[in-house]
Amino acid sequence: MSDEARQAVADRLYFRRRIVNGVGLVFATLSTGFGLFWLAWILWTTFYTGISSLNGKLFTMMTPPPGDEGGLLNAFAGSAMICLLAILIGAPIGIAAGTYLAEYAKKSRLGEAIRFFNDILLSAPSIVLGMFVYTVVVKQIGHYSALSGSLALALIVLPVVVRTTDEMLKLVPSAMREAGLSLGVPQWKVTMQVLYRAALPGIVTGVLLALARISGETAPLLFTAFDNQFWSMNVAQPMASVPVVIYKFAMSADAGWKSLAWAGALIVTLFVLALSLLSRAILLRNKVSND
Amino acid sequence: MAASAESIAIPQSDEQRARRDGFADRLFRRIVAGAGIFVLVTLAGVALTTLWGGREAFATFGFKFLASSEWDTVGKQFGALAPVYGTLVTAAIALIIAVPVSFGIALYLTEIAPPWLRTPVASAIELLAGIPSIIYGMWGLFVFVPIMGRYIIPWLNDHVGEWPVIGGLFKGPPLGLGMLTAGIVLAIMIIPFISSVMREVFLTVPTRLKESAYALGSTTWEVAWDIVLPYTRTAVIGGIFLGLGRALGETMAVTFVLGNVHRLSLSLLEPGNSIAATIANEFAEADSEIFRSSLIALAFLLFVVTFIVLAIAKLMLRQMEKKEGK
Amino acid sequence: MTNPNIPLATTGSVSLITPPPSTDAKATAAAAAPKMSAKGLDFYYDKFHALKNVSLDIAEKKVTALIGPSGCGKSTLLRIFNRIYSIYPKLEAKGQVLLDGENILDPKYPLNRLRSKVGMVFQKPVPFPMSIYDNVAYAIRHYEKLSKADMDARVEEALRQGALWDEVKSKLNGSALGLSGGQQQRLCIARAVALKPEVILLDEPTSALDPIATGKIEQLVEELKERYTIAIVTHNMQQASRVSDYTAFMYLGELIEFGDTTTIFENPTKKMTEDYITGRYG
Repeated sequence: MSDEARQAVADRLYFRRRIVNGVGLVFATLSTGFGLFWLAWILWTTFYTGISSLNGKLFTMMTPPPGDEGGLLNAFAGSAMICLLAILIGAPIGIAAGTYLAEYAKKSRLGEAIRFFNDILLSAPSIVLGMFVYTVVVKQIGHYSALSGSLALALIVLPVVVRTTDEMLKLVPSAMREAGLSLGVPQWKVTMQVLYRAALPGIVTGVLLALARISGETAPLLFTAFDNQFWSMNVAQPMASVPVVIYKFAMSADAGWKSLAWAGALIVTLFVLALSLLSRAILLRNKVSND
Repeated sequence: MAASAESIAIPQSDEQRARRDGFADRLFRRIVAGAGIFVLVTLAGVALTTLWGGREAFATFGFKFLASSEWDTVGKQFGALAPVYGTLVTAAIALIIAVPVSFGIALYLTEIAPPWLRTPVASAIELLAGIPSIIYGMWGLFVFVPIMGRYIIPWLNDHVGEWPVIGGLFKGPPLGLGMLTAGIVLAIMIIPFISSVMREVFLTVPTRLKESAYALGSTTWEVAWDIVLPYTRTAVIGGIFLGLGRALGETMAVTFVLGNVHRLSLSLLEPGNSIAATIANEFAEADSEIFRSSLIALAFLLFVVTFIVLAIAKLMLRQMEKKEGK
Repeated sequence: MTNPNIPLATTGSVSLITPPPSTDAKATAAAAAPKMSAKGLDFYYDKFHALKNVSLDIAEKKVTALIGPSGCGKSTLLRIFNRIYSIYPKLEAKGQVLLDGENILDPKYPLNRLRSKVGMVFQKPVPFPMSIYDNVAYAIRHYEKLSKADMDARVEEALRQGALWDEVKSKLNGSALGLSGGQQQRLCIARAVALKPEVILLDEPTSALDPIATGKIEQLVEELKERYTIAIVTHNMQQASRVSDYTAFMYLGELIEFGDTTTIFENPTKKMTEDYITGRYG
């Protein structure tokens, strides 16, 4: 084949390849637009509808019976209580387990197994975790309670905190461990007083991310904390929470309830997004200062 | 012990301190190891208690529990086929949409977008994963379902519905609720998971590998399709399974838009049910032991399936990590 | 092409011509036909000025070595010759690089033609994640539509030219990742020559290989120059003196001295060159 003929074939092929390339790149760009489009649409709906439902009563009045006006005060308080307890239960266990993985079981088989199953727990359906707590706690006690809701959410907090603690402790330079140990300081003190301090921003980020995940969580609360139309801070009793109230109100036919559901949805979304932005910022700032 | 400690001289007190520190170290180690094992116990506990709670349903209905689609709360006959079918179909629709889109997003964010745009767009896509699922549910029910019912389903009925073979999938009443709607909402929810895994592993492809392909005259698309994708195949499949695990277990969003009807239907436009939605909808109202047991048995099934899917995902992602480590 | 210039080096203020000794046959042959030539080339990594007014000729069917300490711009120069730098944003080349008289830096010069004419082999062996056969065929498919038999023949020819055929002919469908480092690098060379290029750029092709594999590659370069014009970047002084006909010494983005290899190594005109070659710095 002559050079010209070869070149002609190559040019023809190149033309076709460039078309495929163009179509592919347009597809990729459109895909990104597709993703952003839904994000914008969902956020816009939540903000637009939520803001028009906002009013002062939201934070001063209890959840109303159908047809009455009211707010979500008891649900906000309930959510705060349930989530706070869940963090208080889940985070210490998670930090301890993460410490075990990073400091004592870096390469051991048990450590690998825990890491593996922890990652599965991280993505396990939350409704099944709720079912677990229902069977183990609610059914044994005989009634729904806020504490059982917190336990269910703690099981969601746990794997998030385990993973971030493990990863963050691994980032602490081993020279720091050696420096501590060489002074004769016992390992537990080195861990608590030196390593935790070095890894603190990362661990805090993990806890914040966990909080973001559970504060919108609905499914496991349906049959653990259940719901309560009235103000209650008794953790042994059913307690209202924002997501469960949203679910109940949104599914109803009552206009007042629906409007409250949107207002609640807006607050929850703002809270969750603010948390995830905040944790990202902490992580980013810390990464920069470490460099 | 305490009495003798009083009388020890200074050199021995060093030894005593060493012993005390050793004791504290061992205690600390036991505590954190116990917390680690707690993770394993939890997972095993979830499997065992849901199996135990569902034993009555499994014992009463046997294999029929999986094979029957009858769900009669009055006559107390329960079969899981309809929710199992709904779970699988909605997850499949979600994957069909989410996988190519996620690939496109990952490609855009690693090869096409100008560098200054990459981080903000990636963060925005990841925000999708941060929105609580109940928000997806409400938005789905009040905004997306009416649009499906008014525009998209009539259009599908008129056009795709007449096609041979797959036409039947797209014929149905313009309710808006149904498996297709649920699948689309699920797709939006799992796109951030799949695309972020893909993006991360695409970034691990060695520059020199891509440069070699470009040096042969490959186009960006050819580099992505022929080099990057094969190189990252296991991790990409892992990411897809991760998304699948999420889609199978997602509860609230699906509960809002699926219609909650225990019926098997070929059409994707008919309302249906899923395991998670069935549990969420009916558990609080379950008035008999066998009803409750059937729902717990459903939870067990869901756990087993997602466990397997997530385990596969994890194994494939880990294989990629090992390759990176080398 | 009538370019009477002998290999020429110009650096900013200093301009020096290294007249090849008339007794040297190699230099006279090269003088007739520079295959590629850079003219007043500047290169910028964003704000960093990486190449400063570099002019040099790459003689046809000869081996030209680019040497100099790390960061001197020798790899950068090589990466301009097939515009591989252009896949990254914020990199900019100014000046001219002529290939058979045509300026390849001109945006109108078709990239796929350039890449098929100027092949490149990188520092570390980079087999694609596919079979040995497909590694070679992959590139050919970009430019030609061949029948299975023709493709088989082309793949064999390329692998023979890469001095790899005998070692891999029984496992063509095996993964290329299973080959040794040296074999992988020869596969990459085979992959480059499969396109029937005119110029081959080698960017420190042996720096990741052991001495035996390095020896094979050097021998291969010797054979390849019968057909191809070769430019090689190397850290290894002995390698440059063994394989090349011409040598360019670069320092801090400038071309310090350029001439035939014997002169550069035995009788450099610049003190800097002499210091570098005798290992006094760099």
